[in-house]
Order: sequence, then structure tokens, then C-alpha cells
Amino acid sequence: MAQHQTHSHDSHGEHESHGSLKSYVLGFVLSLILTAIPLIFVLNDIVEGTAANVILLATAVLQFVVQLFFFMHLREEKKPRWNLMALILGLVIVLVIVLGSIWIMGNNEVYQ
Amino acid sequence: MAHNANHAVSQGHGHDHDHGHDGHHDMEALRQMGFWLFLITDCILFGTLFATYLVLHNNTAGGPTASELFEMPGVIAETFILLTSSFTSGLAVLCMHKGNRKGLIGWLIVTIILGASFVTLEVTEFLKMIDEGAKISTSAFLSSFYTLVGTHGLHVSVGLVWMIALIIQLTRHGITPVTTRKINIISLYWHFLDVVWIFVFTIVYMMGVM
Repeated sequence: MAQHQTHSHDSHGEHESHGSLKSYVLGFVLSLILTAIPLIFVLNDIVEGTAANVILLATAVLQFVVQLFFFMHLREEKKPRWNLMALILGLVIVLVIVLGSIWIMGNNEVYQ
Repeated sequence: MAHNANHAVSQGHGHDHDHGHDGHHDMEALRQMGFWLFLITDCILFGTLFATYLVLHNNTAGGPTASELFEMPGVIAETFILLTSSFTSGLAVLCMHKGNRKGLIGWLIVTIILGASFVTLEVTEFLKMIDEGAKISTSAFLSSFYTLVGTHGLHVSVGLVWMIALIIQLTRHGITPVTTRKINIISLYWHFLDVVWIFVFTIVYMMGVM
């Protein structure tokens, strides 16, 4: 298991971005926990309304970050971090589309 | 960039996991980045579908609402199945980097089985909903629902066909720099689909039944 996990040399390009069994298992366990939290809290009606929405979205975003770091190895990317930059650009576009649509269409309903 | 066509020397390269830079290495890394850019555009595609769903999800036109329609046990099963398959596709990549072709193909098969179970559960769920009268033409809510969730399901189905094709390539050519890049790419694709599903699960199903 342990023979290739120590990627201390930055000069080896994508070879450092394999991850290790440990990081995959850790990512998997964290994802399971982050999926279980909203299930337990929301389906048992422990929290409701805004608090429930916050828990749902927070655990979803956290799980997104967990997958990016532990499964997609974004953290191990060498400089210049093109992948990260492209991702940020994409997320900005997605957020503008989603939040902008909700905002504009929400107003349309109000003024109808 | 001058040596970008030297795949002839590729045999056996991946097995001993060396760090030799013989040109094609950089080219394969570049191709992998190109796929990453595709995933970002796919992200935007799903973003627009999410935006449409969020705007229309209350417009049920007298038809069934989300909380009447969704049955969580099946959806929860789908979520854990896809999450596990994301993990097993990662294990496949780990095996590949150790030069373990049998392990790689084995984990890919496990991933395919999990992915196929996911698609089967989803199709069953859709058929049941249609049977109950919740068709794609029933309301704006259902049109946006089927488009969003169906597009994700289609992505998963394409991924399954793709993985089967890669297994065939692996049995023929073994672990070469080219197949290594392809496996890295499908694994990224699979993790990406899991990420999209997390948001489908959260925004469509969990917020729908709340």
C-alpha cells in the first residue's frame, strides 16, 4: 500500500496527484457523514425552515469540497493552478445564473 | 511539444511507476486538463438546469407537488450507491498507479455494477411516477425535474458505456500512458457526477420533501 504515497517532489507533474488509499478512505467516510447529517436532521424534523436549508446547503457544499480535495486531488495541483482557476470561473458563472434567475424570476412573481 | 506522437514507446511505462519525462507525459497531462475544462462547461449546463428547476419548482399546475411525489428510501439508496461508486472508481485509479491491471479492471467492474444499480433505481422511480400521472408534460415543475434529473442519469449511463469501452482497451493494451490518462479522465467524470448528484439530492429531493 505504502510504496508510492509519499509525493514530496514537486517537480514530478501530475504524478503527485494520485492520492493514497488513506485519503480516499478519509474522503469516503467524510462524504458518508456529510450525507447522513442532513438525512438525520431534516427527515426527523429536528430542524425546520431556514435552519434546515442552511444545514442542507452547508453539508452539500462541504461534501463538494471533500470530493474536490480527496477524490479529484485539486489541492495537489502544481502551480500555476489552471484547474482551480477554471473551476472558480465556472462556479462564478453558475452562481450568477442560479442566483440571478431566482432573483429576477422572484421579482416577476411579485410584480405580476 | 515536439514528441507528442511517441506513443510507440508507451508499453510498460505505467507499470514501474517511474518519473521519466519522455514528452508524451506532458501531452497527456494537457489532454487531462482539456477534459477538466469540459467538466467546467458541464457544470454550467447543470447550473442552468438547476436555475430552471429552482424557478419553476412551485409551478405544479394542479399536478402533484414534490413532497407528494418523492419517495425518499429509493433516493437515499441511490445517493449512497453513487457515493460508493465514486469511491470505488478512486480505488481503481489507485490500483492503476500501482500497475495492478486486475485490480483496476475489478474496481471498474464494481463501479459499473453500482452505476447500473443507480440508473435502474432511477428509471424505476421515473416509471412509477409516470404511472401515477406525474408526466413530463404535467407541469412546469415536472418538466424541469425530469430534465435536470434525467440529464444527470444520462450522464451516468454514458459513463457506464465509456467504462466498458475502457475495460476492453485495458485488456487489449494494458496500462499505458494513454489508458492511464483515459482512466484518470473517467474517474474525474465519475467524481463530478457524484458531486452533481449531491446537489440534486439536496436541492431537489431533500428541500422538496421538507
